[in-house]
Amino acid sequence: MPSFDAIVIGGGTNGLACATRLAQAGQRVLVIEGRDKLGGSTAETDPWPGYRSPCLSHLLTHLDPRVETQMKLADHGLSFVDRNIPSTALALDGNHLVLTGAAGDTISGLISDADRTAWQGLRKRLMGFAGALAPFRAMTPPRLAKESGNQYLKLAQLGLGLRRLGRDEFREFLRLALINIADVLEDDLADDRLRGLVAFDTVLGAWMGPRSPNSLFLYLNRLSGEISGKRGATALPRSGMGSVATAMIQSAKTAGVELKSGAMVERIIVENDRATGVALASGEEISATTVISAINPKTTFLDLVGPRHIDTGFANRTRNIRSRGGAAKLHLALKGTPDFRGANLRSRLVIAPSIRSVEDAFNAVKYGEVPTRPVMEIILPSAFEAGHAPDGHHVLSAIVQFAPHEPKDGKESARNAMLENTLSVLEDHAPGIRALIEHSDFLMPYDIEDRYGMAGGNWHHGELAVEQMLFLRPFPAVAQYSTPIAGLWLAGAGNHPGGGVSGAPGWNAAERILSRGRS
Amino acid sequence: MNKWAAWGGYTTALELSDGEMEYSAIRNSASLYDLCPMVKYRISGADAGAYLNRLTIRNAAILAVGSVHYTAWCDDEGKLLDDGTLFRWADTEYMLCCQERHLPWLLDTAAGFDVAVAEITEEIAALSLQGPCSASVLNAAGFDVKALKPFRMARFAFDGGELTVSRTGFTGDLGYELWIAPDHAVSLWDKLMEAGAPWGIRPIGTHALDTARIEAGFIVANADFIPAHQALREDRVRSPFEMALDWMIDWDKGHFNGRRALVAERNGSTSKWALVGLDIDSNVSTEGSIIYHDKKREVGHITAATWSPATKRNIAIAQLLRPYHDQKSDNLWVEVYALRELQYAKLMLRAKVTPRPFFNPARRRATPPGNY
Repeated sequence: MPSFDAIVIGGGTNGLACATRLAQAGQRVLVIEGRDKLGGSTAETDPWPGYRSPCLSHLLTHLDPRVETQMKLADHGLSFVDRNIPSTALALDGNHLVLTGAAGDTISGLISDADRTAWQGLRKRLMGFAGALAPFRAMTPPRLAKESGNQYLKLAQLGLGLRRLGRDEFREFLRLALINIADVLEDDLADDRLRGLVAFDTVLGAWMGPRSPNSLFLYLNRLSGEISGKRGATALPRSGMGSVATAMIQSAKTAGVELKSGAMVERIIVENDRATGVALASGEEISATTVISAINPKTTFLDLVGPRHIDTGFANRTRNIRSRGGAAKLHLALKGTPDFRGANLRSRLVIAPSIRSVEDAFNAVKYGEVPTRPVMEIILPSAFEAGHAPDGHHVLSAIVQFAPHEPKDGKESARNAMLENTLSVLEDHAPGIRALIEHSDFLMPYDIEDRYGMAGGNWHHGELAVEQMLFLRPFPAVAQYSTPIAGLWLAGAGNHPGGGVSGAPGWNAAERILSRGRS
Repeated sequence: MNKWAAWGGYTTALELSDGEMEYSAIRNSASLYDLCPMVKYRISGADAGAYLNRLTIRNAAILAVGSVHYTAWCDDEGKLLDDGTLFRWADTEYMLCCQERHLPWLLDTAAGFDVAVAEITEEIAALSLQGPCSASVLNAAGFDVKALKPFRMARFAFDGGELTVSRTGFTGDLGYELWIAPDHAVSLWDKLMEAGAPWGIRPIGTHALDTARIEAGFIVANADFIPAHQALREDRVRSPFEMALDWMIDWDKGHFNGRRALVAERNGSTSKWALVGLDIDSNVSTEGSIIYHDKKREVGHITAATWSPATKRNIAIAQLLRPYHDQKSDNLWVEVYALRELQYAKLMLRAKVTPRPFFNPARRRATPPGNY
């Protein structure tokens, strides 16, 4: 008699979402997390006395509505400082551009009327496409095979949704779907700051530049996210990202999920071609009817299951999941208030002055080099509310792109060079900021891999790109969350619809597991 | 005479003197065939047995040291990649011999196993000595193989090197394969030709061997089936069930490549094809012909065919759609276009499903071998 109905490996957003959904359906569920803290990349740390800092993710754009409502995250303490914080495209001359509202529905700052109008047109069109695509996020990707359990009714509705765009818009959708964002921005807009901002947002967290093929699709993916029913939102949780983790943990506990942290799963036990439990590094073995891996698929199959239980071709596909991380993470403790030439600190500050600046920063990492002028997204949680830093002090969190995941000059020297270049760009935009630095912490993609187990340091646990999305994510044989090994399921960001603190892959996997159990 | 063909990067003889005489040497005296182009891999290391159990469908771990077995391997979908012979040299060292090259697949399969995989085709020269008198020839050459059983190996000192003799072959007759470092190969050839002269030993080419192997019912990659990695057409790949190799599958040894697909095929009885031997009316060669049921419905094709001198029958190896291989096998016809004085005559020849091997003499297995 197995000890649990289900064991979920990995206590990040997706692991918790999956476990909670299963527990709500009456299953006895155990979540096992290798690190001491649950919450994965949304957890917070107290790196320095008096400061609190997000670990990796510092904003919410994609919280799955099912996760938000059915896990009752609001009841468990999740609230927002702002569900749509403004974005400021920083300019060296202080002539910033500020976008407010969902996906920037209003622009303030000096910009031509032509660009203002053109942006409204482009934004509306892309939001329309994203809206038609959004429902795909909440379902198991379809499969081209008989009896594969496709949700045909839902698929038909979604197909109809795309057709409802109208003939001309549908044609535009087909034209744009696989295009690169740079071409579209150059066609429609003239303002470098606005182009740079959108180009940056498109490739945030990706291993591609704005001129890489298919990059526009990532922007649609970004816009398809929602928070509390608001599409294209950029939300900052009250008292930091850690409150997302805290609320999810509370919700899981309320649902009856058992949580075990600081326990590393060493092996998934496979008997007679069926997953029957896990073996921990401590030697303890725990049995379960279902084993669900919410960590990345490479580690799951190559390390935990092991090559002896999988076919050679399958192992090759797993090994070849593209998972290069291009984002570095900077945390600074500042003993004063930085001045980004008058920019509103209660906004998302983006340094990406042009499409070219983003593309140039990406060019470097193609060759394992550090870019001279990295581009970045900056948040000062302490500017929004108290409690993140001592009075008068600030904590700064920045996602800096692009950082090489396999630097040719060695990890240590690449980290130093990347930090120096990052601080130098920061200093240009906020003169005097370097003198304010009390503490700093800088994570390169390989540091992120070491600390959080994301293959290649890619925060989606496998690059998000058209050829690794939907029923191709992470590859066709395991795109429906099930695996060739009976009783073993995937529920992590490596599966559809990818990462970004949404809980959607975990929730989708749980729904699939439950429906397969019923069928 | 003077017929040559490419084989795995080598140029090899199809006939050295006279095809019929060469075939006759295989069945009536002794024949010598250059087997050097056969692809060979050395698999060594602590996990060699476990590795081969993951790679192949048969249980390699229980193969005794000094023994050989026939085996096959599949891709993830349970479709054949190749068949071949596996030699266990030592507890942790094997040699895999096959028709096609597979190094990338073998190396990919090695990830996670403590094994070294190397292609050694050019490091080992191989000769095949086949025929009822082959044991006598070896004994005359100073290699006592009287006690050597089928699928076993023996080692002998020769020419300052080491000769390995395995009682294996591709003729379905009494015969041996000889493995030696290339620099001793020529003197081994000379030695055997000299010792075998009283028995009329004869070097043979591939044509004669092909006739013998069809009589023995053996299949060849890229002749009787397309290796899955080479097939361009989705419907050309074949599973072990469809090539009558399922008897080798060890379902209890743990996971192996393609197992899940093969379990599904077995449990669902979803095999589409069957490999059969055919006995066909007349003496016209049916190579490559299409097979019909009731002279109307196309149900298969012939992959290898020959007039069998040993059994005096017109035989063929064929792939048939199921169930035309058994329940509906009573009304099969082979369509042949026979060239008769510049004009093709269309023939419909009656075909009967027949057990393989077509020719299976007791001398093939007798130990000690007959003193011919």
